[in-house]
Amino acid sequence: MTVDAPARTSPHRHLVDIDTWSRTEIEDLLSLAVEMRASRAARAHRSLLEAETVGLAFYEPSTRTRVSFELAAKALGATVVDLAVERSSAGKGESLVDTLRTLERTGVTTVVLRHSASGAPHLAVRETGLRVINAGDGMHAHPTQALLDALTLREAIGPLDGKLVAIVGDVAHSRVARSNLHALATLGVRLRVGGPSAWVAGFERWAGLEVATTLAAALDGADAVMALRVQTERAAADGIGSLDDHVRDWRLDETRMQRAAPDAPILHPGPTNEGIEITAALANGPRSLIGRQVENGVPVRMAVLARLAGLA
Amino acid sequence: MSAGRFGYLTDAPASLLLAGVRVVDPADDSDAVRDLGIVDGRIADPGTVPSTAERIDGHGLVAAPGLCDLHAHLRDPGDGSAETISSGSRAAAHGGFTTVCAMPNTDPPTDGADRVAAIAARIADASCRVRVIGAVTVDRAGLALADLAAMTAAGAVAFSDDGGAVPSRALAADALQVLAGVDRALIEHAEDLGLAGAGVMRFGPTATRLGLPGWPPEAELAVVERDLALAEETGARVHLTHLSTAAALDAVRSAKARGVPVTCDVTPHHLALTDAWVGGDRTFAWDATGADQTEPSLAYHGDCRVNPPLAGRADALALLAGVADGSIDAIATDHAPHPASSKRVPFEEAAPGLIGLETALSVGVAAVDAGRLALPELIAALSTRPASIIGEPRGLAVGSIADVVVFDPQARWRVTAAALASAAANTPLLGMELPGVVRLTVAEGRVTYRG
Repeated sequence: MTVDAPARTSPHRHLVDIDTWSRTEIEDLLSLAVEMRASRAARAHRSLLEAETVGLAFYEPSTRTRVSFELAAKALGATVVDLAVERSSAGKGESLVDTLRTLERTGVTTVVLRHSASGAPHLAVRETGLRVINAGDGMHAHPTQALLDALTLREAIGPLDGKLVAIVGDVAHSRVARSNLHALATLGVRLRVGGPSAWVAGFERWAGLEVATTLAAALDGADAVMALRVQTERAAADGIGSLDDHVRDWRLDETRMQRAAPDAPILHPGPTNEGIEITAALANGPRSLIGRQVENGVPVRMAVLARLAGLA
Repeated sequence: MSAGRFGYLTDAPASLLLAGVRVVDPADDSDAVRDLGIVDGRIADPGTVPSTAERIDGHGLVAAPGLCDLHAHLRDPGDGSAETISSGSRAAAHGGFTTVCAMPNTDPPTDGADRVAAIAARIADASCRVRVIGAVTVDRAGLALADLAAMTAAGAVAFSDDGGAVPSRALAADALQVLAGVDRALIEHAEDLGLAGAGVMRFGPTATRLGLPGWPPEAELAVVERDLALAEETGARVHLTHLSTAAALDAVRSAKARGVPVTCDVTPHHLALTDAWVGGDRTFAWDATGADQTEPSLAYHGDCRVNPPLAGRADALALLAGVADGSIDAIATDHAPHPASSKRVPFEEAAPGLIGLETALSVGVAAVDAGRLALPELIAALSTRPASIIGEPRGLAVGSIADVVVFDPQARWRVTAAALASAAANTPLLGMELPGVVRLTVAEGRVTYRG
């Protein structure tokens, strides 16, 4: 593709959650991400977003997502400003809406928002004129993670239609799990979640979803497995037993992965707690797509930025 | 909304004739089209209304006993940013209410006889009667019992630590022992904080999808069962406010059948709105078709954050049936005004509560239109039954003080900030068109609102 190619119009001005995106829209976005990977290497598109000012507003710590959004925006020629929450007025208790309105008045056109409260990006859409990209909100959604996971999976195991993906761990508190459930289901994937009962509570009523209560049942025949990060401080509070119990019953290792389809890959959104939810050998072994997930972060976010701006 | 449309309890008593109006009076179980007279602030034989008095064509209108709200937050005393007695009582008059019971979680809280008296002294020129509910515990802290007898003597009509339940069984038992002696009800906000945990919306598929911590129905049932047992043991009156679960209603129903001295109310929003509203749905419980009518731009709106949280459709319909069969004594608004700044935040950080004084009757009329309630059942739940719980007379018998609401059940109005007399506008009904327009409110013989 060239800079002169006619822009494809997207009905989406924002990316708040992936559940409003159609299969075609997701597949087109993934194709665009593949093109972006090539154009990034070729240093093409270096002025595609030169009219855009992207504000990074991360109210929670992040390495992968923040850095890849920054690099993606810069690769497309956007001006990037990092709000650096702890050093800004937000750190003095300014409300989220007031901070975002300030960004808007200073010329920011797109905000990439990471926030601990589910629904924070909906508020940003309602109360500001900014284009809003959700970089993770509470337990609700992390749509660009789901997109890069879908791309990573597709490139590893081929067309996703009819494949079975198991998501294992603290599903209840995971925005990564929720966005993957939406995105992968839209792409035709059969989905299963597994975890201690407190960590899959409520998901038995999630449409089309299979809930497993043992690791063996969760992994059985899965074409790919996605492990979730255990927030170690949460384990006690949720009454799932001790961390030792969790390791005994739910930690993924090479032996347990034998339950899954042969050579089924393992994904993890990172950062991993090696030895807790996954063994170091598995995380760093031949099944692991964890590095590929990180690599796909930049091109997927380039595609999102360009597509939402109507420029690709 | 022009102040000229409002009157005050200090105005001169009214004389007027409502001609050919549908008079619905649960006090004598009557429902008939007839003339209704008011002379010098009292209900009068229409034939005795002076010919010089105002005559109102009542064709198509309904006249009923003035509405009585057992549960409102007027935020007065307070900083005035959300509501005052002045604005809140005008909101009441606009909504057809002639009596509002003010909850004690003010700043400072109403936890002593002096504070009850101070409020009573300031409500004389309000646009409705304001009855004072006293706090059960000192500073509403849930530690030491306040002087309930002294507050009763100063005029408190009931007691509540609303915002939460009386935290311990022992303290609730002590309170009921005192209240039995002064014949006042303990109004309980039934919520076990341990079971409620971090929940910010009702546990269920919508909470799971939205990634919001779920509030389990057991949090309500636990306190309801505790208080029903205490009422049974002590013989003192317990009133359970804003019930939100079918399970709690069932417990109340069976307690009533055993003769336990318990009454209860439900809010208009728990009858009509559901947890799907948090996800952006805006259809009433009785209209829900199961189809996805979610509007993503309305999702996570702070105006849908309320405690107890909006429940599922099955609960809402069960509560409506409870109003219809009388198991639920009253519809009470839990009018909870908040400044916009407390709602324009992420959902889980939003102050819980929504305003209801000006929309309660309309939401009820919508339920009537949907065939879920008969109009006389709605009127009884909004007027005579709540009034009896605080020992206030209600009814349209000749000779009684005129306390009347006149409304057009066919006409519709759009809920906008400008159309509301409340100083706040925190309701997810904002922008919606509702049936039921109040034309006239008469409180204690005075015209307090004309629409």
